[in-house]
Amino acid sequence: MLTNMLTKEDTHKQLFTMGHTGCSGCAQSMAVKLIMEVLGKNTIATSATGCLEVFSAKFPESSWNIPWIHSLFENSAAVASGIEAALQITGKKEGITVLSQAGDGGTADIGLQALSGMFERNHDVLYVCYDNGAYMNTGYQRSGLTPYDAFTSTSPSGKISYGNNRPKKYMPEIAMAHRIPYTAVASAGYPMDLQKKVKKTMSIKGSKYLQVDVPCTPGWKYEPRYSVKIAQLGVQSGLYPLFEAEYDKIISVKKISKKVPVEEYLKLQGRFKHLFKDEAGKAEIEKIQKIADENIERYGLL
Amino acid sequence: MKKVLEGSMAISDSIRMAEPKVISAYPITPQTHIVEHLSQMVADGDLKAEYIMVESEHSAASVVLGASACGVRTYTATAAQGLLYMEEVIYNIAGMRLPVVITVANRAVSAPISIWNDMQDSMALRDSGAIQLVAENNQEAYDMHIQAYKIAENPDVMLPVIVCVDGFVLTHTFEVVDTIDHIEKVREYLPPLNMQYKLDVNDPFSFGTIAEPSVYLEARYNLSTAINNSKSIIINAANEYKEMFGKYEGALIDPYKMDDADTVIVAMGSVLGTIKDVVDELRESGKKIGILKVRSFRPFPADEIVNALKNIKNAIIIEKAVSLGKGGILSCEIRDALYQRKVYSVNVNGYILGLGGRDITPKNIYDLIMKAEKEENIDGEFFGLNNEMLNKVF
Repeated sequence: MLTNMLTKEDTHKQLFTMGHTGCSGCAQSMAVKLIMEVLGKNTIATSATGCLEVFSAKFPESSWNIPWIHSLFENSAAVASGIEAALQITGKKEGITVLSQAGDGGTADIGLQALSGMFERNHDVLYVCYDNGAYMNTGYQRSGLTPYDAFTSTSPSGKISYGNNRPKKYMPEIAMAHRIPYTAVASAGYPMDLQKKVKKTMSIKGSKYLQVDVPCTPGWKYEPRYSVKIAQLGVQSGLYPLFEAEYDKIISVKKISKKVPVEEYLKLQGRFKHLFKDEAGKAEIEKIQKIADENIERYGLL
Repeated sequence: MKKVLEGSMAISDSIRMAEPKVISAYPITPQTHIVEHLSQMVADGDLKAEYIMVESEHSAASVVLGASACGVRTYTATAAQGLLYMEEVIYNIAGMRLPVVITVANRAVSAPISIWNDMQDSMALRDSGAIQLVAENNQEAYDMHIQAYKIAENPDVMLPVIVCVDGFVLTHTFEVVDTIDHIEKVREYLPPLNMQYKLDVNDPFSFGTIAEPSVYLEARYNLSTAINNSKSIIINAANEYKEMFGKYEGALIDPYKMDDADTVIVAMGSVLGTIKDVVDELRESGKKIGILKVRSFRPFPADEIVNALKNIKNAIIIEKAVSLGKGGILSCEIRDALYQRKVYSVNVNGYILGLGGRDITPKNIYDLIMKAEKEENIDGEFFGLNNEMLNKVF
């Protein structure tokens, strides 16, 4: 589980190892490392096109000490389905985890069809969506998981706009609607909780969906040292509810220990700075507070 | 054993003999009968494979990609829009050097929508890095699929092979097919797939890495070299098949009555049967005419075609595809091959007919030959147009 100080030798032994080109403060790379610590070496992973694929596998180098494949943007779940099928028919599936990975765009937008197919067929695959709330790899364009009012390069704030004008898609509920055995939401701000959920998936046969909130330094526009803090504030404000579900029923939620106003979360991030300029911005912050309060009510976070 | 088989049955039966471990497909006419037969085989336990019923052609190709990367033999089939939807994945499969076999039940592309046969769909994949072989009849469709695995899985090739089979004309037509009786013979011809690089927890390997400008050019050169060098493997696969099963339908090309011919018709696929009937009759009346069948469209057998055509007067290219904004595709490539080898003496005329399932009758072929011998520099002329239908919006 969580390690203390690592020696260079230890780092070499890690399954997602040093040398990748992720940004300093990249919460996605933290999440990948934490997940791989739990899953272990008997894992075959796929990655959709996106940040992770680009920063972890630049030919001729690779940070993956497990078998890993990147195919396209929208087919991570389908490629993983094929891997699982190949392992099943050759009798090699037992003891091997198939891990399918994508960002929020590769999951909830362009990859949703393939993912839905994988869920409906209930392939024995752990699917992880690293949610940084936009197409960060291509330069911070809006995705279906971009939160309300966030500035992105395709949903900019402007004279008549406060940024992204639609709320975040409820992707975990879409997963649950498939009646897959396990759905969970975790955060890079809570590593123990994340690892506990990953561990749990290893004992469940069938499709598992895990969505992880991974703050993005350049996309969310904050100093790298705040990655964990912002992830925690996302949870403590109610904007990023962490929970577990079996089939279509929520079975546990991570309670908010000390509720913070959304303003505390928003003000650390440049992507929301336009909300702090004028009175109208305050009204927008109130709308975001309402989203958080609805989440708290809906999931019973307090 | 000789059986009367629908083309789709012949194809699914030969796939059964090749024993793929993972099959994935999405229904599209006129491919459906093939995958229906295969799913029945799996349901009856006659074929021990995972049959993955996906939600799209994109995922069908992606599933076989993932399975193939694990080192198991795979199969998928599609047509028309389905193939275009798969296109992105097929480029990827080729780039990752995975030996997937894909049947294309050739069909016209939309718009206007047409379920009937031509070759515009597979032609759109001609630059993908996938090998493309074209079957003339159901017997060849049967034999070609087993050869396709032999070619794809050769360690010097490791590329997807698309087997083109004319939709309806072959897939839905019953013909006598001489099938292989003993699967052991196929296993002897086609040993188990043994991939050097695969997804294996005991030997971790990264597939599909990102290539910077300093290496991408070389990666594509390697791919280009592999498909070009596959010519000799295709020839060997056909020859070995002949030795073991007594069937030979050509390798890269197949000449028909070309000795002493002045005029040669060049074509691919099922239309060759009709052309052969016309040529047989013309030969009886003393006309020096022959046929050159192109069996491998990719890799393109430029040397072989030029050698076959260099001493003739007229080459008439008949094709069921068009490069919009250019003209003929096969005719363009043949003209290029001749010019590049400084053969300027052949009168090459290319015609486009039979699009969207329009019948190509023996009379069409006869009329075309008579017309073509009097013409020069025809590049992809549409033949057999109904003038009343021109200038309509579909």
